[in-house]
Amino acid sequence: MLEITDIFKTFNKGTINEKPALRGVSLKLETGDFCTIIGGNGAGKSTMLNAIAGVWPVDAGAITIDGKNITGYPEYRRAKFLGRVFQDPMTGTAANMSIEDNLALAARRGEKRGLRWGITKDERERYHEELKILELGLETRMTTKVGLLSGGQRQALTLLMASLKQPKLLLLDEHTAALDPKTAAKVLGLTEKIVNEQKLTALMVTHNMKDAIRMGNRLIMMNEGKIIYDVRGKEKDNLQVSDLLEKFGQASGGEFANDRMILSS
Amino acid sequence: MNLLALNPATLVKALPGNVAQGLIWGIMAMGVYMTFRLLSFSDLTVDGSFATGGAVAVMAILAGVPAPLALLYSFLTGMLTGLVTGLLHTAFGIPDILSGILTQIALYSVNLRIMGNMANKPVSVDKFFLVVSSRNISNAILFGVIMIAALIAALYWFFGTEFGCSIRSTGSNPAMSRAQGINTNITKVFTLALSNGFVAMSGGLLSQYQGFSDINMGRGSIVIGLAAIIIGEVLGEAIFGKKLNFAGHLVFVVIGSIIYYIVIGVVLWLKMPSNDLKLFTALIVAVFLAIPNLRAKISNSYARAAKNGTVTIEKSREV
Repeated sequence: MLEITDIFKTFNKGTINEKPALRGVSLKLETGDFCTIIGGNGAGKSTMLNAIAGVWPVDAGAITIDGKNITGYPEYRRAKFLGRVFQDPMTGTAANMSIEDNLALAARRGEKRGLRWGITKDERERYHEELKILELGLETRMTTKVGLLSGGQRQALTLLMASLKQPKLLLLDEHTAALDPKTAAKVLGLTEKIVNEQKLTALMVTHNMKDAIRMGNRLIMMNEGKIIYDVRGKEKDNLQVSDLLEKFGQASGGEFANDRMILSS
Repeated sequence: MNLLALNPATLVKALPGNVAQGLIWGIMAMGVYMTFRLLSFSDLTVDGSFATGGAVAVMAILAGVPAPLALLYSFLTGMLTGLVTGLLHTAFGIPDILSGILTQIALYSVNLRIMGNMANKPVSVDKFFLVVSSRNISNAILFGVIMIAALIAALYWFFGTEFGCSIRSTGSNPAMSRAQGINTNITKVFTLALSNGFVAMSGGLLSQYQGFSDINMGRGSIVIGLAAIIIGEVLGEAIFGKKLNFAGHLVFVVIGSIIYYIVIGVVLWLKMPSNDLKLFTALIVAVFLAIPNLRAKISNSYARAAKNGTVTIEKSREV
């Protein structure tokens, strides 16, 4: 499904701020894989997701989706294959536009946008039903500007938008990190529901080791721009947080997990 | 100033002319609205493209092109100027304001060339058919109202289409737009072209209305456009609150433009020196831009918090 082969990315090359963010990352996802990604700050988790999304071109390596080489595609051309939810709830939606307009934009992800109406009556009815899934009462506020919603509501809406037109791959970049625990749990619940119902292939970055173990069928750990641990199936089901901390300690050469990871475990 | 020496009849007599000018500049303001409000792009090209539109219309009419067709020429040439700014910004990565300024400065030379290296070119309504003229103000007003109604209807449709929605989302959140598969470079360039098409068409109309094109006719036009938008918004919100739809916003942009020219008419009637007009305009825009911020500050200031804090402390001491 998704195949990443030996990708490299260095930011601010040739300057004093040079930062090698990805150093030869390879990953192969099967269709239907739900893979969680953990790792310390600066490990390259978000960078890997951005490399897949094409926010900038990679320095070396190849990215293919369903055998199609998309390494040279700019971000807007890759959107056809990808649903994305970001860490910052402000990033995923257009604040000045209404809930229904945002959904209509997402329903046309990757399609040619011509001079047909931007939203039709049938679509409004469909969105009304889809919004009910979120159980946030947004179906009664479809003409409300998204900027007036809370972070949790916006994140739930972004999740719905990402899956409205079924993506080949769903990229979740710490999408609950900015939410309070209760809202985060709700958005995670929705994530599982949508991924399971639509049988989506998904990559989810998280700082919460429990979530990383509990969710999905595969888990990878990153450190210093590399994948250092890759576990799936039964082996993953039997994993404990303490195992992960130990693995992290070994891989990073005795250095222990950072405070944030320990706190959120 | 001797107020008694002012004749109210002169003011009333000047009113239709102010309205006609306001309508013509209203088209320009609609163009500015597209970039400033929908795309969140401060486009300074307009000071140049407005004069380009005027120059193209006059030269085309002098060359025997029918006046309505000459307006279309203005529109298309204006789109080209916007295209240049758009490419400077998207393809060459020059910041928005600077891209506009570069095109604007370049257009000064281009406009002189269009007018055969003359600083202005007359076109007489006695010799040519013109769509509007200050000689027949009531006709000019009628034409202006019909044209604006048609343009607003067209824009209302366009910005409701899939492509129009992708422009609005580009202005609201470019990162999100790209994640939805929108090529934000294309939406930006297209909107800049369309906006400057409107601005140049407005310039083409004004040159016919006043009977000449002038190399300086666009100077400061961005400020007039902004003044129209802001006056219109303040007024529209005061009357309709937040309920105004897109077409309503455009109507109020034009109303804002008319009000601006009526105010200018009053200022001239008061015999204020016309050299001070630009200063006056800048002040109007600055004040209207400041009002929403100042209003927010008054209800949300540290001074107010301090006063409330003192009261709270005193009360707690009494108890």
